[in-house]
Amino acid sequence: MSSDEIARPLSKTARRGPTSRFLRKYALQLGIVAVALIVWVLFLIGAPRTFLSKEIYVSFMSTTPYFALIAIPLTLVIITGEIDLSFASVMSFGMVGYDVVFVATGSVWLGFFACLVCGLIAGLVNGMIVVKFGVPSLVATIGTWYLWRGVVLVITNGTGLGMTATTTTALHDIVVGRVFGLIPMQFFWTIGVGAIIWFFLNRHRFGAHVYLTGDNIESARLMGVNVGRVKILAFTIVGLVAAFAGFVVSAELLFYWPTLGDGYQLTTIASVFLGGTSVFGGTGTIFGTFVASFIIGAINAGIVASGLTNFWTQLIYGLIIVASVSIQTLLGRKLT
Amino acid sequence: MGYVLQMKNISKTFGEVAALHDVNFEVGDNEIVGLLGDNGAGKSTLVKIITGYHQPDTGGEVLWKGAPLEHFSVARAHAIGIEVVYQERALADKQSLWRNIFMGRELTTAGGKLDVKRMRAETLKLMHSAMGFTSSAITTESTVKTFSGGERQGVAITRALYFRAELVILDEPTMGLSISETRKALDFVRSIKAAGKSAIFIDHNIFHVYPVADRIVVLDRGTIAGQFMKNELTLQELTDRLYDVAKTGNLKT
Ligand SMILES: Nc1ncnc2c1ncn2[C@@H]1O[C@H](COP(=O)(O)OP(=O)(O)OP(=O)(O)O)[C@@H](O)[C@H]1O
Ligand SMILES: [Mg+2]
Repeated sequence: MSSDEIARPLSKTARRGPTSRFLRKYALQLGIVAVALIVWVLFLIGAPRTFLSKEIYVSFMSTTPYFALIAIPLTLVIITGEIDLSFASVMSFGMVGYDVVFVATGSVWLGFFACLVCGLIAGLVNGMIVVKFGVPSLVATIGTWYLWRGVVLVITNGTGLGMTATTTTALHDIVVGRVFGLIPMQFFWTIGVGAIIWFFLNRHRFGAHVYLTGDNIESARLMGVNVGRVKILAFTIVGLVAAFAGFVVSAELLFYWPTLGDGYQLTTIASVFLGGTSVFGGTGTIFGTFVASFIIGAINAGIVASGLTNFWTQLIYGLIIVASVSIQTLLGRKLT
Repeated sequence: MGYVLQMKNISKTFGEVAALHDVNFEVGDNEIVGLLGDNGAGKSTLVKIITGYHQPDTGGEVLWKGAPLEHFSVARAHAIGIEVVYQERALADKQSLWRNIFMGRELTTAGGKLDVKRMRAETLKLMHSAMGFTSSAITTESTVKTFSGGERQGVAITRALYFRAELVILDEPTMGLSISETRKALDFVRSIKAAGKSAIFIDHNIFHVYPVADRIVVLDRGTIAGQFMKNELTLQELTDRLYDVAKTGNLKT
């Protein structure tokens, strides 16, 4: 059949040129980089002594991964149009797996493996509740947030576990060692996790389906996308990485506290939204989340360095979340 | 004449709503079937069963070239050569043109890695041929949100065209289109006939359906009210009888 037969006429409306198209396409990414630079300059001016020393950057690279690691896969879940609030408890639930297996076997490696398996299961459970039962993820993951925290407290009876045994294994160096005696390994893990998830989101069929599911779930279904499987997989990855992040924190601090994860909720979610991922699903980038995590980390350090109390952090992160989703929504209306 | 598709005793209930009841419907080789019926008659539901989106109630049977279709799904339908231009267009607004064209069956290399280069190149080709988007305003990266109604329909039709189908289903493809755009949609149906393939063409306007269809089937409140070959009936007779259907639920044949 001749394809010209269904030829469409030229679009009569003139659209904007290539430069403006580039700017619009990367507006959010350029914006987030600009914000990062502005925040940095502000801190350089506000607290030059702190921000000109290398210690702040090392501490930065050591602690930002605690939540940046999770913010990266959480971006996937939010692009599918869902949310996961339970990851902070899953960090601790994974470490309960470590705790139990390590105490029983004395093996750090087996404990680490158990930690990852627990995280994977917790993520899978979230995905199943949302997809199979059709419970809105906001409600489902508030439920599992308390559920896993409860499981942790019951099993540990509220007592923690020393992690010094990990230092006798290579695992400690692999996960939280220092490269050249300076750069924390968790920083490279964050880059690694970011790169892998970037690949799957942008260059793999799974990622294409993540975007389609969040953009228009009905269209995606009509065109044969298995939207349920996509969502379950996204939740499972968050669970897995959250447990890994829990291990990173515990190995770095050499102690596992059952309350592990509390306090990372806000920073993690703020990173995703500040990074330009849409609350409505369908759009978002790993690059944005990555840069935004470090902005949040800088703000964290800046608050401490500029002598403000910790009470300010909640106020500021709350403000960041509200402002970034509002600006995004407004920009979204203008730019498309 | 052989059949590409046969549906026997197909029913579909959504909770309390019986959208289809005991429907027997078939499409012959190289046949264009016009499907008419009031709003809510069950046309789109029938389409979505054929595309594997809805599972029919138990008891019925769907045959593809004489063989029963079991464990049917959208992916299977695509694989055997059923393409649809959905009434709701089934586009993803915030995604680029190329992602919309290859939605749900992305071209990949080993391990599911997207072959982005090829998808962009194919899209570019389609833009210049099938879609006729020669303006520099639209690129393979444009998000379809900004497209006009005709352009969106162009994307939906091109997508069905690209994946060479045996059976093309068009669910109200002329809805909201200008006269010239409508003519192109009708020409598309004729081109399916010319290429030796089959089609189901759904439209509320009998002046669109009558000229291109070989056979016309009328669906009324979930059942087949009647059907006839086009050459048995003039357009005027058809119009008169459709009024009767609306009143009585039966088509005199
Ligand atoms: N997913 C669904 N859940 C519940 N009811 C549905 C669903 N899909 C369709 N129906 C109902 O089934 C009936 C037939 O709907 P259908 O969309 O097939 O009609 P149609 O003939 O395509 O109408 P139109 O010409 O308006 O597109 C309607 O009463 C509709 O409300
Ligand atoms: Mg319909």
